[in-house]
Amino acid sequence: MAKNYSKASIETPKDLKPKEETINFLLNYSKALSVIKSDKVKFEFVLN
Amino acid sequence: MQYELITDATLVSCYIKGDESALEVLIKRHKQKIYSFIYSKVYDKDVAEDIFQDTFIKVIRTLKKGNYNEEGKFLPWVMRISHNLVIDFFRKSNRMPKFDNAGEFSIFSVLSDTSLNAENSIIKEQVEFDVRRLVDELPEDQKDVLLMRIYDDLSFKEISDKTGVSINTALGRMRYALINLRKIIDKHNIVLTN
Repeated sequence: MAKNYSKASIETPKDLKPKEETINFLLNYSKALSVIKSDKVKFEFVLN
Repeated sequence: MQYELITDATLVSCYIKGDESALEVLIKRHKQKIYSFIYSKVYDKDVAEDIFQDTFIKVIRTLKKGNYNEEGKFLPWVMRISHNLVIDFFRKSNRMPKFDNAGEFSIFSVLSDTSLNAENSIIKEQVEFDVRRLVDELPEDQKDVLLMRIYDDLSFKEISDKTGVSINTALGRMRYALINLRKIIDKHNIVLTN
């Protein structure tokens, strides 16, 4: 009896990586983010 | 400094101390694995992109706030964040049905203006008037039960208490009221549709 093989219903793209824009955004976000600790409270600022 | 040979733990420590380039190495080192993982769950590149971005925003904020405990498990920690965000995405998706007007189904096929126009309003009044005339032709006991049930919205228990008969009797009178109404409608060839 022949074996039955089924194709994968969803093909996985080979170039699975995030866009450069996303990476750049994250790096810029990190540079702009500033955290100031005051007693028990931490304030986050995103500088322009 | 040759970042490629440096462990994640060291890079994280450098980043927390203010070295932004360490973050770049960390992201580029693990981006494919994390993005692939997210994509394998959502099968949508745009959604995977958003979740990837949200994952690292959480990572950045946690590291900068000094809330990260180094236990040599940076990548599993990031994967866990992305995994939880994938779950959040599916939860939100289930709560918000998506309507795709590009397909055959259109939301406007189920949403419509249900308010009556002038003609339909007149017809509705006429029908309601005719129904009340027909109900008046019923025997008194059946008419009472029907009025209490339909117009006063009483339960059969309440009808039974008010009229002093058993619930079964009240039910029977309602049943005969409806049978007799149908007979009257048929007898007079009345049309009761809007």
